[in-house]
Amino acid sequence: MKYVSTLLIGLLFGLGLVISGMINPQKVLGFLDIFGEWDASLAFVMAGAVVVTFFGYRWIGRAGKPWFGLTYKIPNLSQVDPKLIIGAILFGVGWGLVGLCPGPAIAAFVVKPGALLVFLAGMVGGMAVARRFVQ
Amino acid sequence: MHDYLAALIGGTMIGCAAVLLMAAHGQIMGVSGIVKNLLPPISSDWHWRAFFIAGILLAPLVTLFVNGEFPDVSITNNPIVLLVAGLIVGVGTVIGNGCTSGHGVCGLSRASIRSVAATCIFIFSAMVTVYFVRHL
Repeated sequence: MKYVSTLLIGLLFGLGLVISGMINPQKVLGFLDIFGEWDASLAFVMAGAVVVTFFGYRWIGRAGKPWFGLTYKIPNLSQVDPKLIIGAILFGVGWGLVGLCPGPAIAAFVVKPGALLVFLAGMVGGMAVARRFVQ
Repeated sequence: MHDYLAALIGGTMIGCAAVLLMAAHGQIMGVSGIVKNLLPPISSDWHWRAFFIAGILLAPLVTLFVNGEFPDVSITNNPIVLLVAGLIVGVGTVIGNGCTSGHGVCGLSRASIRSVAATCIFIFSAMVTVYFVRHL
C-alpha cells in the first residue's frame, strides 16, 4: 500500500504536468521568454501548486506523523550560501536552454524518448558527478 | 480548455501531489532530490522514490489511453544542446539542492528563505538564458 500510494502520487504529479502544459518545453520557453510573445499561463501552475501546498502543509502540521512513515523530513537549512546561488543559476541556464526541468523531463521521456534520453543521460551524469565532487 | 484554466488545474494537481507525499510519507516532493538519491551511493529508502518516478512515467500513457493521443512535447532535436542542458540541470540541482518542484513548489509553500532565493534566481537565470538564445 505504501508503494502503491507513492506510484499514484507520482501519477497525480505527472498528470498535473501534462494538463498544465509544463510537459511541453516549447510552452515553458514561451513562459520564460518575457521579451517575446510572453505566455504567462505557466505562472498559474506555480500559483495553483503553491496555494494548495501552503494550506495542505498547514493541515498536515496538526497530524503527529505521516501515514506510512515515522517522521516528517523537512529541510532545516536556513542559510542562503554561495552553493545555493551558484546551483540555482546553473539550473536556470540549463532549464532555459531547452525548457526542461527534472519532473517534466521524466514525463516527456515517454513521448519523445530519443531527445529525452540524451537530456536525461546528461542530467543523471551531471547529478552523479556533482554529488561525488561538489558535496 | 483555456490555457490559464488548464495551468491552474494542473498546478492544483501538482500541489495535491506535494501535500499527499508529505502527509503519507513525510517527504518533500522535490524531483531532483528524488532522482539524485536513486544514484550511487543509492539511499536506503530508494523504493518509494522509484515508485514515484514510475508514476510520473505513467502519466503520458494514461493521457494516451484517455485522449487517444500523447500530450504535445515540442523540443529541440540538437543532441549537443540537449546533453549540455541536461548536464547543467543535473549539476545545478545537486549544488543548489533542488529544482522547480522542491524549491519552487514545496519550498515556497514553507516560506523557506533558501527556496525563495533559489526560485527567484533560477527563474531569472532561465529568462536571461532564453533572452540570449532567442533575441541575441
